[in-house]
Amino acid sequence: MTVSILFFVLAAAALTAALGMLLSRNPVTSALWLILNLFCVAGLYLTLNAEFIAVIQVLVYAGAIMVLFLFVIMLLNLASLPDLKRIEWKRIISFMLGMGLLAMLTFIIAHALDVMPDPLSLDLAAETGSASSLAKVLFTQYAMIFEVIGILLLAATIGAVVIAKRKPV
Amino acid sequence: MWGDMAATLSLVIVSLAGLALVVFDAFNNRHVATPWIAGLALLAGFIFEIVGLGGPEGTAYSDMLRTGGSAAFVNALVLGSGVLTVILSVPYLKKIGHNIGEVYALILFATVGMLVLGAANNLIAVFVGLETMSICLYILTGFVRSESGSAESALKYFLLGAFSTGFFLYGIALLYGATGTMDFSAMKAGVEDGGGVMFWGGVSLLLVGFLFKVSAAPFHMWTPDAYQGAPTPIAGFMATASKTAAFGALIIILYKALPTERWTDVLAVFAVITMVVGNIIALSQQNVKRMLAYSSIAHAGYVLVGLSSGLVEGYSGALFYLMVYVIMNIGAFGVVALLEWDGKEGSEQTLDSLAGVGYRKPLLGWAMVVFMFSLSGFPPLAGFLGKWAVFAPAVDAGLVWLAIIGVLASAVSAYYYLRVLVVMFMKTETEASSKLADSFTIPRSSAAVIVLCVILLFVFGLTTSVIELTDGFFQSGSVATVLGP
Repeated sequence: MTVSILFFVLAAAALTAALGMLLSRNPVTSALWLILNLFCVAGLYLTLNAEFIAVIQVLVYAGAIMVLFLFVIMLLNLASLPDLKRIEWKRIISFMLGMGLLAMLTFIIAHALDVMPDPLSLDLAAETGSASSLAKVLFTQYAMIFEVIGILLLAATIGAVVIAKRKPV
Repeated sequence: MWGDMAATLSLVIVSLAGLALVVFDAFNNRHVATPWIAGLALLAGFIFEIVGLGGPEGTAYSDMLRTGGSAAFVNALVLGSGVLTVILSVPYLKKIGHNIGEVYALILFATVGMLVLGAANNLIAVFVGLETMSICLYILTGFVRSESGSAESALKYFLLGAFSTGFFLYGIALLYGATGTMDFSAMKAGVEDGGGVMFWGGVSLLLVGFLFKVSAAPFHMWTPDAYQGAPTPIAGFMATASKTAAFGALIIILYKALPTERWTDVLAVFAVITMVVGNIIALSQQNVKRMLAYSSIAHAGYVLVGLSSGLVEGYSGALFYLMVYVIMNIGAFGVVALLEWDGKEGSEQTLDSLAGVGYRKPLLGWAMVVFMFSLSGFPPLAGFLGKWAVFAPAVDAGLVWLAIIGVLASAVSAYYYLRVLVVMFMKTETEASSKLADSFTIPRSSAAVIVLCVILLFVFGLTTSVIELTDGFFQSGSVATVLGP
């Protein structure tokens, strides 16, 4: 019960933060709203027993990518950006209504075609969502794939250096 | 784990050599031993695969990779193509002043990706192999940064390739959703009552991804630009090894993972479009590398003819065709690499500038005669036997119209292949072309590669033992699964 209350509280907070990011007129405030949104989504993953994704969400999105965003915002000359127009509520509401209708229609069509997957239960997610269960398959069954991904990332790094840094010889 | 590593020794050798090369190059910049390390590692892998060619089939790394059988054949092609590419690259990269060690490390890493892709037994392995290969090839296409043509082709290749990866990954996700597995054999067993919308949607997206990588029309747009701008031996590597690995994976997926009834017609349609588009557009090309790129599109169409038969003979014929295709194109790109003079990796050079070169450089001229005749499918060269190996199963499967279109398309292709020879032997020399012919001596290593390709084309044109070998990959106790549901 507490979990589902927490879920809806976090969902509402995530929606508010997303709206705040869209509606805020200052880029830095927008970015801060986005961080709040990403944290709330991480919390949602926790309530769904997906611990690993929750941690990765915080580390990768709220950590690395947001720092990148803030750097870009700070490097930009904010004063030279064009002035933002006032928000047109009529268009926003009509857009939201339209999207809602589209979502419902898509759901009904998908339901009729029987392509909707059955939702996983929380217990099943608890078995597979933890970092240890992920690590277990990653380092046994998929160990070779894991190593090849290492080579892939190394190749990408070398490529970035070769293309960006190497002076023509 | 140790047993798996012994079974996939070629993969282990090439990966470790690539890693060692990165460290070695960091301390010994542009050392003369760098290409030797790369070449010898690839050669060791090649010998390992050749030795294991007739051996029993198996799987390694918890069913992620296949060993022996068709996987060993595809791996041998990839590794052989890698060895020849490294040999051809050394004098070429010295000529354009970019003989940097990272290139060889990237060739090794690309080969690692191709080995995983060509021997994959699981969609995860297919995807990781495909991406490792593609990322390395994007870099290899564009590493000559000072050349605007090279940068342009690399960017086009990268953007379109990333887009096709999206299709591919989404297809894998849908297939996993529909069957609950990524293992090929389990996937076929997991298809319930002919598969639903989700299953066939996944298959179609997966096919889009594959057809992009083998540059079948209408997903071929990147090919001419990428080959034109890439350093020529690297373009040869892209044209041969990457297509071989992608086709190897596609053949196994069609053979092991999909029920046969639906996709054969789809592939037949793509085969027709690819053959017609590739051959017709190749007619009007003035640049030799662009012409070879459109020719490689057309050849992807011929392979698709074999696959669209849906018969095991078609698969084995396609594997044989890929081998012939690798030999022809490594040789042809090797000759073109030596005949470049524009200092822009041949991206602006027209065919007419090679007028009369055939008499001044008889080795290159006559080798080109063999490659062009083989590409257009003249007996007794291997190109003829290859075409027979892919067209005959299509006729057996009742796709006579498809085989007729294929033969007509290769008749059209004779025009632009033979035009190269007309220019090289029958046009009078111009000042530029005679200057070109005098401006270089053929490096002995490149000459050896080209002569080797010529000899192999004659040998494989006269013996059918390789077709019998590839037939064997699909015969052992697996006929029932092909004819089954």
